[in-house]
Amino acid sequence: MYGKPPQSLNVINVGVGSFADVINSAGGQAVNVDWRPPAGGDAKAARALAGLVNDPAIDQANRTALEKFLSAKPVLEGVERAGDVIPGMGERTILHSGPPVDWQDVCGPVSGAVIGAVMFEGWARDRDAAAALLRHGEVTIEPCHHHSTVGPMAGITSPSMPVWVVSNATGGNKAFANLNEGLGKVLRFGANSPEVIDRLQWMATTLASVLAAALAASDGIDIRTIMAQALYMGDEVHNRNAAATGLLFKQLVSHALRSGLPVEDIAQAMEFIAGNDHFFLNVSMAACKSMLDAAHGVPGSTMVTAMARNGVEFGIRVSGCGDQWFTTSAPVVDGLYFPSYSMADAAPDLGDSAITETAGLGGFAMAASPAIVQFVGGTPADAIARSREMQAITIGRNNALTIPALDFAGTASGIDVRKVVDTGILPIINTGIAHKEAGIGQIGAGITRAPMACFTKAILSLFETHSGSPA
Amino acid sequence: MPTAQRILSDIYRDSVALMRLSADLADLPGVTQASAIMATEANIRLLFEAGLIEQMSGAAPSDLLIAIEGEDEGSVAAALDRAEALLNNAPPQATGGPDEIRAPRSMEMALDGFPDADLALISCPGEYAAAEATKAVRLGLDVMIFSDNVAIAEELALKQLAAKTDRLVMGPDCGSAIINGVPLGFANVVAPGDIGIVAASGTGLQQVSCLIDHLGRGVSQAIGTGGRDLNAMIDGATMLQGLNILADDEQTAVIVLISKPPAAEVAARIQARAAGCGKPVVISFLGSDAGAPQSGNISIAKTLEQAAHMAVDLSKGVDPSGRMLPRHGLGAPEIRDLISTLSDGQQYMRGLYSGGTFSYEAMLLLEKDIGAVNSPSPIKAKNKLNDIWSSTGNTVLDLGDDQFTRGRPHPMIDHRLRNDRILQEARDPETAVILLDVVIGHGSHPAPAEAMAAAINSAREAANEIGHHPIFITFVCGTKADPQNLVRQQDALRRAGAVVVENNAQAARLAGDIISGL
Repeated sequence: MYGKPPQSLNVINVGVGSFADVINSAGGQAVNVDWRPPAGGDAKAARALAGLVNDPAIDQANRTALEKFLSAKPVLEGVERAGDVIPGMGERTILHSGPPVDWQDVCGPVSGAVIGAVMFEGWARDRDAAAALLRHGEVTIEPCHHHSTVGPMAGITSPSMPVWVVSNATGGNKAFANLNEGLGKVLRFGANSPEVIDRLQWMATTLASVLAAALAASDGIDIRTIMAQALYMGDEVHNRNAAATGLLFKQLVSHALRSGLPVEDIAQAMEFIAGNDHFFLNVSMAACKSMLDAAHGVPGSTMVTAMARNGVEFGIRVSGCGDQWFTTSAPVVDGLYFPSYSMADAAPDLGDSAITETAGLGGFAMAASPAIVQFVGGTPADAIARSREMQAITIGRNNALTIPALDFAGTASGIDVRKVVDTGILPIINTGIAHKEAGIGQIGAGITRAPMACFTKAILSLFETHSGSPA
Repeated sequence: MPTAQRILSDIYRDSVALMRLSADLADLPGVTQASAIMATEANIRLLFEAGLIEQMSGAAPSDLLIAIEGEDEGSVAAALDRAEALLNNAPPQATGGPDEIRAPRSMEMALDGFPDADLALISCPGEYAAAEATKAVRLGLDVMIFSDNVAIAEELALKQLAAKTDRLVMGPDCGSAIINGVPLGFANVVAPGDIGIVAASGTGLQQVSCLIDHLGRGVSQAIGTGGRDLNAMIDGATMLQGLNILADDEQTAVIVLISKPPAAEVAARIQARAAGCGKPVVISFLGSDAGAPQSGNISIAKTLEQAAHMAVDLSKGVDPSGRMLPRHGLGAPEIRDLISTLSDGQQYMRGLYSGGTFSYEAMLLLEKDIGAVNSPSPIKAKNKLNDIWSSTGNTVLDLGDDQFTRGRPHPMIDHRLRNDRILQEARDPETAVILLDVVIGHGSHPAPAEAMAAAINSAREAANEIGHHPIFITFVCGTKADPQNLVRQQDALRRAGAVVVENNAQAARLAGDIISGL
């Protein structure tokens, strides 16, 4: 600072903005920080954060975690029965989205969906009997995330359901997701009427066998390449999957036709895929999960490896924090509602699909998807601004997934808990909105933000762990 | 009277902006009290005390809270709407230059776009200031912390962290500094030169740097340490570092050290370091029982005025020990003329200061001439003024102290608190002399003497109603190059009929001579 020529001083100004004017007028150079209290005004967390800023060990751990994420190569290998392939899944276990929750506390859509899954499995004949089983603890409910699995909305995955198997060709880890049922009365929004169960049965038999046969005939489908193409075609692969679904369809159809299965089965399966623009979503989620699990478990890393909601709580997981969840109440999304519905009808934020944002897609890649911006209110310029904003809270860019509107910049990747708490810029999430009562379905969509409290709790935990180790 | 509040979520404005907003709202028709704050627990407590709020739930520290008291519901509601409109129309704090799409939201983000940054200037609320400063040090920056209300344990931890990487931490509560000629915080436009200053007092730094400028020399660096640096716990960490920096600095020929009395062992350590620094050093530890005025390279100054004169002499290569300073420039007949305007019963002086170090120095000087004076923060505990809102006998107040400024702007920015007190003292039949400091320079009121002249005139009219004519003694701390201009401010005060002297020591001595001449 000293020994420079007179009248030269470069200042970062935090607080009273007019001090910068004085410095600039006196020949120095000052930049104002658009400051607000860090950590939403939690002074203790602000101090903890300060102790972690620019820490070489953390920065190195984050580079390691990010590199594992970037080098992950998700390949769609097959469709299998969940109970046969999902690690640690017992035969009487049902997986749900978001952080852990007790049966008596679950939200409406999750409650309806779990009951539906019990009936689908044949463990109970009707809803009352299913509810009794759950009440008596005879069926275990656990988070998908504890079993390398993700599911949109309620995320309900039971042992007899078919799941996508995505393998990370670089890291060797696998991830799983159920198959998308389409819109309307569907299990993931809590519907459990006979038509819903019948569809699930068809998916577990006809659809699963066609997909399994097609994938078996392929060498595995490189999902990252499909996502990269879809980003150039107007998808952000969370709330818009029209292009990616078409790309997947193209790769499946000839293999399916050669499978030797009945033509009618193949035709039904292809019609089902072609009729659901969200069909790719669950594949996208499993791919993101496989990439982020590769980055999980790097000691000291402050990189977020999951953001997920169960309709009661919003939770995040952090690479260097092991199996811990950092949770807070899930917000009700202030989005656009379908006619006759409003925020009063909405379930709090729900689903594992924020795994796409955690991986730098979805809301983080809004700039690639002008169509969805219109759907959830806003302009293409807003979309570009939002994607740029996310660059400020991430560790790096993913050059395998680029966005034309950002001059082909890679998607913002590796959310750093420290940067979220420091800047107050919260991760943006594109989301559908479920009715709070089981079975009514989607009532809107919107853009929401991950709540600060999760990140504040993570910072306090990271600081506690870190201050015990050499800085 | 009706009150109402409004919470605006996740809007942050700094305290200075909010004080200006509060002042604007209070001026609206029908509004009796107005306050806009960030809704921290401490701030909400202030609103309780002010009666602006009865109970409040649901406001988070990151929310902005507006509270209005007015004569009727309509005025209150209109004021709340006005406040929201003003906040929404406020321009964004700043942009980071033409290439930046948006202002950086954190220090780290700012550094990404401005990698040549040297220093972080931190003036956010005190409870977050240490954390911001820690980040700055960890990012390799020097720091000036203007904020106060930082715990001393945090100051110690911060200065220890800075020592490890050889960073400089000025503050907390560092109001003023001049680095490479660039003014930081509240500072004056002084000529460049070869005198380096390290000061634990913001107004002390301003007074000495301005007097050096006035005496025709200039300043190389003026480093602030914060008011607690020289207590035993912090052990003079920043002053010792500043001394080292100036000892190594080729531009600096003479060093001045300024503080209220340090802890004895800290004073000894600093003097020892100064004795070995290889350059002449002027030490002005106000009120400490320093030894010989000069030994080796060290000169001891009793006042800020003397410190400036000694530094200038040393800078010119003149022996400073023999110089006599004028008491205040007024002769005995002029003092007699002033006294002759007073009526029976007018017998006490009332010092209404905006600068804390000025009030302290005045009390030291007055004690010698007229005995101990009363004050909310006196030199000796037995002279403590218990009711700070009512003066007794000879009284000196630091109106910039927390006791007076809670929930209000500092008197260097906003004169209303001091104007009210000037009026109150003028109406007191025992008041003979009202002593006022005016500090100009960057950060201060844009036309303080003009504003004060109006207050002096109305105070004089109020005193005339009881047939009294109090004497107003003032001085202006500043330079001709300051935005407010020293001479223009002095002229405005003279036109208002105030006696204008050159500095604080002169003002205190003149007040003492008048009171003891009665």
